[in-house]
Amino acid sequence: MTVVAESLVLPERRSTAGRLSDFFWRHPRVLLTVLLGPPLLWLGIVYLGSLFALLLQSFFSIDEFSGLINYEFTLATYRQLLSEANLDIILRTVAMAALVTLVSAFIAFPIAYYAARYARGKWKALFYLAVMLPLWSSYLVKVYAWKLILAKEGILTWVFEKLNLIWLLDAWLALPIVGGNSLSVSYTGTFIVFVYVWMPFMILPVQAALERVPANLIEASSDLGGTPAQTFRHVLFPLALPGIVAGSIFTFSLTLGDYIIPQIIGSSRLFIGQAVYAQQGTAGNIPLAAAFTVVPIVIMGAYLWMAKRMGAFDAL
Amino acid sequence: MTTAVLFDNVSRHFGAVRAVDRVNLSITEGEFFAMLGPSGSGKTTCLRLMAGFEQPSAGHIEIFGETAEGVPPYRRSVNTVFQDYALFPHLSILDNVAYGLMVKGIGREERRKAAGDALAMVKLPGYGARRPGQLSGGQRQRVALARALVNKPKVLLLDEPLGALDLKLREQMQEELKSLQKSLGITFVFVTHDQGEALSMADRIAVFNEGRIQQLGRPEDVYNRPKTRFVADFVGSSNVLSSKLCQKLGLTASYASLRPEAVAIAPASDGALSLSGTVAGRSFLGATNRIVVDVEGSRIAVASPAAQAVPEIGSPVTLSFATRDLHPMEDA
Repeated sequence: MTVVAESLVLPERRSTAGRLSDFFWRHPRVLLTVLLGPPLLWLGIVYLGSLFALLLQSFFSIDEFSGLINYEFTLATYRQLLSEANLDIILRTVAMAALVTLVSAFIAFPIAYYAARYARGKWKALFYLAVMLPLWSSYLVKVYAWKLILAKEGILTWVFEKLNLIWLLDAWLALPIVGGNSLSVSYTGTFIVFVYVWMPFMILPVQAALERVPANLIEASSDLGGTPAQTFRHVLFPLALPGIVAGSIFTFSLTLGDYIIPQIIGSSRLFIGQAVYAQQGTAGNIPLAAAFTVVPIVIMGAYLWMAKRMGAFDAL
Repeated sequence: MTTAVLFDNVSRHFGAVRAVDRVNLSITEGEFFAMLGPSGSGKTTCLRLMAGFEQPSAGHIEIFGETAEGVPPYRRSVNTVFQDYALFPHLSILDNVAYGLMVKGIGREERRKAAGDALAMVKLPGYGARRPGQLSGGQRQRVALARALVNKPKVLLLDEPLGALDLKLREQMQEELKSLQKSLGITFVFVTHDQGEALSMADRIAVFNEGRIQQLGRPEDVYNRPKTRFVADFVGSSNVLSSKLCQKLGLTASYASLRPEAVAIAPASDGALSLSGTVAGRSFLGATNRIVVDVEGSRIAVASPAAQAVPEIGSPVTLSFATRDLHPMEDA
């Protein structure tokens, strides 16, 4: 120590920034308010407020002759939502979202497991790059690229031909529901693109959860007589479950709300997102569009509640 | 007597590093065996070889006469108490203890009863409903012990199980572990870097350094007759007399060990050996004073009873010790 302070307390700093630091140090709550205030106001008023206004709209109805909104409380819009045609849209979307989520989880888990357990240094960097790279390019470009891949004259058909497996593709496309004229106009195509586009959102949380599982828990299970399958079932899976649930919230809700992918790739039948888009745009039926957006919110709420009941967050 | 664990020229290499280098040992059934050494000496790797987490690069391992190579950990009747306990955070204490029985397909009622009994044995009855996060370090340690013992292993491996506990608790657990081992009659293999722990608990000690066993024997032998300089220094910090001092004392060996408590600061009586030097340092250790004496450039530590007067630093003193306390050592 070369400088010896003359007193224990160093002289007060004169600058505004210095005085501000002293003030915040003495009043930590003020600092917290300053830091959290603006984002909370943004979230609270702009975001939640508009969401609430939207929900309110769903309790109004539209006058069928004039096309004007009738600002009186009614459940008529919800009755309309539960009509056969609209229920069809909801079921189609939920089934697709559930399937996309399930398959994403199955594909993501081994990748995430490798990245969390074995990848080190250069390989880990490569993993992050490979997972994130698709997110760098435009969403629309990716979807159109997939349209070309899946089209009747596309690369996938060509590959199947070269492998003499075109009969397999034709047999699949001949199936009801999942089939169609070509992959690019079938539900199978929609499904493949959904899984591709949302995959990073499943891999990353699962990888983060697996990274937090200490390696010696796996060894302890093995030491106590647990076969690898038992170790997976009783130790690894329960501890990774919060990550899987987090990832599934992403894939599930993103699929529920998406209106671009099913419009470009798939049959002409609507998904919730497309229905919302059509109702608030061309049809001008804001109340019904609002009622449609309530559906994903209710489904996600129910899903989280169930996940909590099943103990998915116990290990957090 | 049955051999519980046999290592025949076992090596384990990690790339160019020889973590375990041609180790031979044989542990008898019912023995309390300690593997002592500094970190990185290969003792933990040896334990992991016994548990099955590692496979030997060369050599042969037998557990109760059966070849252990290629046998996965879950098919060995060997259980481990991990250094940081490795309790499952998402399971209750009872389910943690019952885990080994659960994966073996034992019915719910039976395994809960067995787990409850095991918890009672480690003096934690009634803790079954809690989570690992709600227990103290000492309690978690006992749970880890109960979780391993409930499987009735043929060999129990303990990887520095007391390392994270404070001194008082550690001493208490040492006694409990020892009496538990005696009453259960299970072979315990204990890894530690604490020489006091190894000396007080083990029937036999293997002292490890740089992947090899330096000395294997009963605690008294390892302590009183260290075979190498490393053992002399690591187990109870013996003085190592240089070849110059050995010559001066008329010994043929090039090195010799001398325990600090075997040396007295007093003129030599009949038949005793003596050296003279000056006091270089002193520190109060409670029951004894540790006095470091400079003898012709080499330092000799003396453990002198606290009741005795402590000479000033720099004052000349005469050290005396009996010939039988001087133990010739191999080189290095």
